[in-house]
Amino acid sequence: MALSGLDIYKHLPKTNCKKCGCATCLAFAMALAAKKTSLDKCPDITEAAKQILDSASLPPMATITIGSGTKKIDVGGETVMFRHDKTFYHPTAIAVSISDNETNIQDKIEKIKKLNFDRVGMMVGVDLIALKNDSNNVNKFASVSKELSDKTELPLILLSDNPQAIDEALKNISNKRPLIYSANSKNYEQMSDIAKKHTVPLCICGKDVEELSDLSQKITARGVKDIVLDSGAREVSKCIQDFTKIRRLALKKNFRALGFPTIGFAESVEDASAYITKYANILVTSMDKPEELLPLVTLRLNIYTDPQKPIMMEPKLYSIGTPNENSPFMVTTNFSLTFFTVSPEVENSKIPVWLLVCDAEGMSVLTAWAADKFNAEIIDSWMKKTDIASKVKHKKIIIPGYVSVMSGKLEELTGWEVLVGPKEAAGIPKYLKTVWK
Amino acid sequence: MEQALEKWQGKIYELTIGATKDEGGTRSKKVKFGGINTLPFLHFEGIVPNPPLIAVEVWDTEPTEWPDVLKNEYKDVLNNPMQWAKKCEDFGADLICLRLASTDPDTINASAADASKTIKDVLSASSLPLMIIGCGNNEKNSSIIMDVAQTAKGENCLIGMAVKENYKTFTAAAQAGGHSLIAETPIDINLEKQLNILISDLGFGSDRIVIHPTTGGIGYGFEYCYTIIERTRLAALASDKMMSQPIVTFVGQETWKIKECKADETEKPEWGSIKDRGFLWEKATASAYLQAGSDILVMNHPKAVKDIKIHIQELMKK
Ligand code: SF4
Repeated sequence: MALSGLDIYKHLPKTNCKKCGCATCLAFAMALAAKKTSLDKCPDITEAAKQILDSASLPPMATITIGSGTKKIDVGGETVMFRHDKTFYHPTAIAVSISDNETNIQDKIEKIKKLNFDRVGMMVGVDLIALKNDSNNVNKFASVSKELSDKTELPLILLSDNPQAIDEALKNISNKRPLIYSANSKNYEQMSDIAKKHTVPLCICGKDVEELSDLSQKITARGVKDIVLDSGAREVSKCIQDFTKIRRLALKKNFRALGFPTIGFAESVEDASAYITKYANILVTSMDKPEELLPLVTLRLNIYTDPQKPIMMEPKLYSIGTPNENSPFMVTTNFSLTFFTVSPEVENSKIPVWLLVCDAEGMSVLTAWAADKFNAEIIDSWMKKTDIASKVKHKKIIIPGYVSVMSGKLEELTGWEVLVGPKEAAGIPKYLKTVWK
Repeated sequence: MEQALEKWQGKIYELTIGATKDEGGTRSKKVKFGGINTLPFLHFEGIVPNPPLIAVEVWDTEPTEWPDVLKNEYKDVLNNPMQWAKKCEDFGADLICLRLASTDPDTINASAADASKTIKDVLSASSLPLMIIGCGNNEKNSSIIMDVAQTAKGENCLIGMAVKENYKTFTAAAQAGGHSLIAETPIDINLEKQLNILISDLGFGSDRIVIHPTTGGIGYGFEYCYTIIERTRLAALASDKMMSQPIVTFVGQETWKIKECKADETEKPEWGSIKDRGFLWEKATASAYLQAGSDILVMNHPKAVKDIKIHIQELMKK
């Protein structure tokens, strides 16, 4: 939360000595508030005031980096409660957990590597591997974490509340900057020292939000800066409420102790989905089947898209299936929901189609038609731009049922035969099967 | 420690669907939903008086477009709405969502009389409260809705969809039959409010409207619908009475038409088991809409219904 010039002024020496280059302390405070100068220009500021002012200039939720190398991942750094307010920056990092009792680590790694999916040309999938110290054995934990670190580029989370096990594992892999989990009320002093010694991020697990913030303050005081938060809740209702409390206190009250990303644990698709929406920054699960992860990564992609982006598809000629010169040719607008309603129905018909998405400024068919953004001239110009005439032998256009009135004009302009398709996308499969022969 | 409470002024209308004998209906129970005065499941901040409900779809004709994995779940009842409704009641539906798909002029073009018969059949086969929706054709829906509402008179059903083009007919039908009404708009918060106002201006209680802001499946426009629901809920909590209606989402419908739930392993080996993919997708969609603020989820797969029911029970714990 940004401080005003007057708020800052209260903490300055008020001597107007001009060493900062400003005429008065107040002028310096104003310049600071406007981010036109930096605090270190004032040599006389007290240490206490410096701390207050420094922390006030920090973002309300820290961004933490886990891992090193190409697959390192940033979590946190969120600034709003609702995606329509701005945007969510760092998609919930998904970690698949492995037990250190696992006999075939290689198999497990191969399995996790496959949890990576192509979504409209973008690869989305699992981001981290979480290793659980189920064996309770210090050396085993260390050797399996070394093996994981050697065999995969995915960053790791080391799950053990035994400081010795964590310390031992980090001896080999601290350069990979894993997240260590967790510091609790009993071990936090040792865990803090370990996190500092190896410069790795540390996750704190409280027994509730209150103990968590208390531990966070103690651990911060010991010099640990990169922190991840776990309120200790495991029931879905409690988790949702704790995540919400933590996020609100950080963002709206600028409560420093909770100004860090959160971690959640889910063992079902429904719980995991709830945490992706409300408000886990890291999600750990033992689910490792593609059919379990595919909906989760797709949901995550949706929640973290930029809501400011107009709801538009790129206007162009889309091929659905592998259309050829005899395939149907359909037109619609570039409202993305229109596209997302039409394209699955076309796929359902199992008939490959040329789908021309015209630039209608992101409006749906009816709205665009009413606003004169989807008319015969516009369709004609997009048909020319995309050179559909060179791709099909027939000269037939299928237009949405709602705009049948433009048929005559469109035939006149293009010289193509206009077929009026169904009004609702749901009617497309049947329409194509019966009309297009 | 500092509290993270918001001071909401508004509250969602509480609605009841179904009428028992004493109230002139024939249902064995009624269902209540809405009534919340905070964001979904935030028990620490407000009152969450009713759990969200699950309505399960029953069709009056075999849904030919459904993938086999879903059809198989209903294979013995697909051509029998009575048995189908009974089955849904048995596996835990809170209410039945009867879809009069056969009235579509593009398919069977069943008449208002046919639709009335189906409604009577389903009412006699199951004692659950009923939601009744038409086909994809607004004109046809308008032409049969009076008969539909009349047939189910006194049962306090939830009928839909009233859209901008036909809301007058739908409102009159709901009024005459003593039903509540689903108002549907194409993911636009202003149109949503406007339609509620138009319906209320006809003298229909704004506390008897349920909003359908359009449902998008995950990966297929979900984010727009999620955000419209969140914004609607925030407006309601800020006391906008024309946005304070409960919200329904058609989760199943938007799940089972997408490629991710239809393509089998030969086509998409990297997507995993086709047997489980669809119901998992349906659960993810349902869960995310619950967090946005959906009060009724309309669903399909029995396993998804069962799991989400448990999930809702868990979310209702303080
Ligand atoms: S250097 Fe510090 S004390 Fe001197 S005028 Fe600037 S702000 Fe004030």
